[in-house]
Amino acid sequence: MSALQVAIAALWTGDRHADRVVPPSGFTAQLTLFASGTMAFLAVFALALSLASGRLATIWGQELARTATIRVVAPVDQRAAQTQAALRILETTKGVASARALTDAEQQSLLAPWFGPELAIDALPVPRLIEIIEDSDGMDPEGLRLRLAAEVPGAVLDNHNRWRAPLVKAASRLKLLGWISTILITATLAAMVTLAANAALSANAQVIAVLRLVGATDGYIAQAFIRRFTLRALSGAAAGMVLGMLAVLLLPSTDDAGGFLTGLGFQGWHWLVPLLIPFLAGAVAFAATGAAARRTLKELA
Amino acid sequence: MIEFENVAYSYGGGELLSDISVKLAPGSFHFLTGPSGSGKTTLMKLCYGALLPTAGHVTLFGNDVRSLDRDDIAMVRRRVGVVHQDCQFLNHLPVAENIGLPLTVSGRHDETGGEDLSELLSWVGLSNRADALPPELSGGERQRAALARAVIMSPDVVLADEPTGNVDWEMSQRLLRLLVELNKMGKTVLIATHDLGLIRATKAQVQARVLRIANRRIQLAGADL
Repeated sequence: MSALQVAIAALWTGDRHADRVVPPSGFTAQLTLFASGTMAFLAVFALALSLASGRLATIWGQELARTATIRVVAPVDQRAAQTQAALRILETTKGVASARALTDAEQQSLLAPWFGPELAIDALPVPRLIEIIEDSDGMDPEGLRLRLAAEVPGAVLDNHNRWRAPLVKAASRLKLLGWISTILITATLAAMVTLAANAALSANAQVIAVLRLVGATDGYIAQAFIRRFTLRALSGAAAGMVLGMLAVLLLPSTDDAGGFLTGLGFQGWHWLVPLLIPFLAGAVAFAATGAAARRTLKELA
Repeated sequence: MIEFENVAYSYGGGELLSDISVKLAPGSFHFLTGPSGSGKTTLMKLCYGALLPTAGHVTLFGNDVRSLDRDDIAMVRRRVGVVHQDCQFLNHLPVAENIGLPLTVSGRHDETGGEDLSELLSWVGLSNRADALPPELSGGERQRAALARAVIMSPDVVLADEPTGNVDWEMSQRLLRLLVELNKMGKTVLIATHDLGLIRATKAQVQARVLRIANRRIQLAGADL
């Protein structure tokens, strides 16, 4: 068994006698618990942000990428003819899976948020919209644009790229920010545990000197501190993680609107990801305390 | 057991000890004497690996101390019982647990509950103080507790640095009798002290050699002492 495995085994089974040789430390113990709890709470939100914006980027990137719209802007008497012409072109365009003109009722419901439901759409020169769904190969928007310009002068192709690209980019950036935040939170936890462990080690310099004098190995002394801080970080982070997940759970959910803010949260197996936080915190505390203890002990006789 | 070969030690500003060659044979009883600041405590520390010589060789149980890593030093200390001038304990644990501490840290905690410990406590006269915390002990009680802690592992060597520093004459006699008893059980004993009266009183009970530090060197003191 490797030294690490032995250390981890000792951590779980514990040595109550080794635990007793280091005096209990009351207040700083609470601080370590609090700090790891807070960090876990923040980590839950950073993860929620990352995972939600990752989802968003995927949705915007994939689903919207396969749709496009043609606006047929023509005098009312020519509109139907031009729409038919455009649809004919689309039928023979490579990469178009299906295309259909929106009905008056559909167009009315699209405009309803702006003009209200009572609008008589026939009375207005509203352009006709054609919805295009691309197949998996995708179509050539420039070629289509040229053909439309030649045959249906009133048709304007909009393949959504113009506004989709910056949104996908923004979502990807948010995702990156979320992961960076998670890493920073982890590093901050490591820093705080290191500070707390260093403080505990110097406060117990006399204890360590006595233990060395009576023949305790560095590993034995370090173990007492490592176990303590790892369990504190683990339990603090578990509490913070539970509170953070409750807070995410209680976020108002209005999926219909599909807004970004309301989409913040976990879906499906993503709910399992935050469960790793306490173990990550424990591992970080284990490593940080171990490093601090080895450094301090090396300087003692 | 412990061998010094042309050992020198300096704290940076000139040598405190130089050209020390001495050998502590198994079962021997040595006093180490000399004026304050002559390096008695430093020599003691060289004996259990708390300090490394700046020149020469210190051999502990057949190994050069420089070849030992930190865990090896810990193992050496399980075979060497040390009583410091100002004995330090774990102040949050009762006396009995402090005395059993060497067993605890070497993974032999099960033995601390046994009869050996209570026997040892009565041997040093601390049976009724077993549950006291170290800060509640008097100077003499601390010295005796430290001695009990030093011998609980049945070490091969007992090093005592001014073990009678804080106690009256009667108590110092008692402590010394304990050390003489240990020596008769075959332990190697080295006691640093500047109390010549104590040395004289002991010489009546045991074959003791006196090492005196003078001018940074060790001299074997005359038999007349």
